[in-house]
Amino acid sequence: MKLKKNIATSENGFIFNPATGDSFSGNAMASEILLAMKNGETEAGIKRQLLQKYEVSATQLDRDWEDWIVQLKEANLLEATTYDSK
Amino acid sequence: MTANNYSQLCIGVTGLNANDNPGPGVAVIRALKEGLGAGFRIIGLSYESLEPGIYMRDMVDKTYTIPYPTEGTAALFERLTYIHDREQLNFIIPNFDAELHNFIKLAPQLQQIGIRTFLPSIEQLMIRDKVNLYDFGKKNGFYIPADHKLYSTDDVQKATEELGFPVVVKGKFYEAYIAHNKEAAIKAFNQLALTWGYPVIAQQYIKGTEINIAALGDGDGNNISIVPMRKLYITDKGKAWAGVTIEDTALIALADQFAKATKWRGGYELEIMRDADDRLFILEINPRFPAWIYLTAAAGQNQPLALVKMASGEKLSRFEEYQAGKLFIRHSWDQVVDITDFQRISALGEL
Repeated sequence: MKLKKNIATSENGFIFNPATGDSFSGNAMASEILLAMKNGETEAGIKRQLLQKYEVSATQLDRDWEDWIVQLKEANLLEATTYDSK
Repeated sequence: MTANNYSQLCIGVTGLNANDNPGPGVAVIRALKEGLGAGFRIIGLSYESLEPGIYMRDMVDKTYTIPYPTEGTAALFERLTYIHDREQLNFIIPNFDAELHNFIKLAPQLQQIGIRTFLPSIEQLMIRDKVNLYDFGKKNGFYIPADHKLYSTDDVQKATEELGFPVVVKGKFYEAYIAHNKEAAIKAFNQLALTWGYPVIAQQYIKGTEINIAALGDGDGNNISIVPMRKLYITDKGKAWAGVTIEDTALIALADQFAKATKWRGGYELEIMRDADDRLFILEINPRFPAWIYLTAAAGQNQPLALVKMASGEKLSRFEEYQAGKLFIRHSWDQVVDITDFQRISALGEL
């Protein structure tokens, strides 16, 4: 899934959707992943980096990723169309 | 008119009641001061001695009381002529719904003595009146919540049977309550009828996200400026106490559709509820700048300044950009003034 183009994120994990006025606070991990998504990195690429950087199994990461995408969808932060992502 | 000429202006502004249900006057003045810089004068026009703007000496150079709208146009014109003789007013920006009718009626006479305004016509004022709003929306393709005009408690019964609960009960000019049962609806009806007169309006409750749009129409069917704001903090009176500018082409298109349908002249505010299906319901259309109007200046579209320029005959290009993500957070502040100031405005009607 692709992050909406105009979503503003900051290094400290703050997320602002200028189309709705919604804002969210994320942790450092959220900030890191959002930045990668904004830079157009693929799901596979982001997961690869996370697996290298953190002690987490691929299965656990897949489950967490699904949760993450659900949260982004609920927050209306994703484009309606899918791209990539593998 | 050149920038230098603007700085010599004397502008009368109403709506100095910067309280928990604020009038737009102080925000309009703040935007003008930011746009025009030093040199021009602001004359406050007040109805009551405790309007906080009267005592904001860094905002208002002098204040005069003016007669209540119910006293009619002759009394208002007489008072404005008195003020004009002393202050040489160039413009007046009225900021209350209830006073607009009189100011619009007087606009040609005011123009004759050298005071300009930039106001909608009486027809435009009436078309968006709460009483006519549903029919206006139906005719022009807007989503408007269903409503009933209430003149008696029997009407409340009929309206709530059709609209269900919760229901929004609104005063003719101001105030609204969300009623969750019949008793609350009747209580709100009685209170609003007593305060604002008939009819009281029962409006279908729409659940969703509250958005307001401040806009400025040129009178030819176009908007010069449109700034949408999402309410972030809402008081128990339903007023935005904090909000943030947002960018959404659907909101801009809605305001343009309104300007085209009405050929609106002057400032106005669309109060919108976006429902779960993304439909934009117009809950109310206010025929003047909103109390949060300074945010338009802060976001890059100074609507009060643009209005003064348009009233001067200047042809303005439409603003195309504003900054999304600009917040306002309102606050209250205890001003301390000497009792002699209060005495002067109360007894003499001038300060």
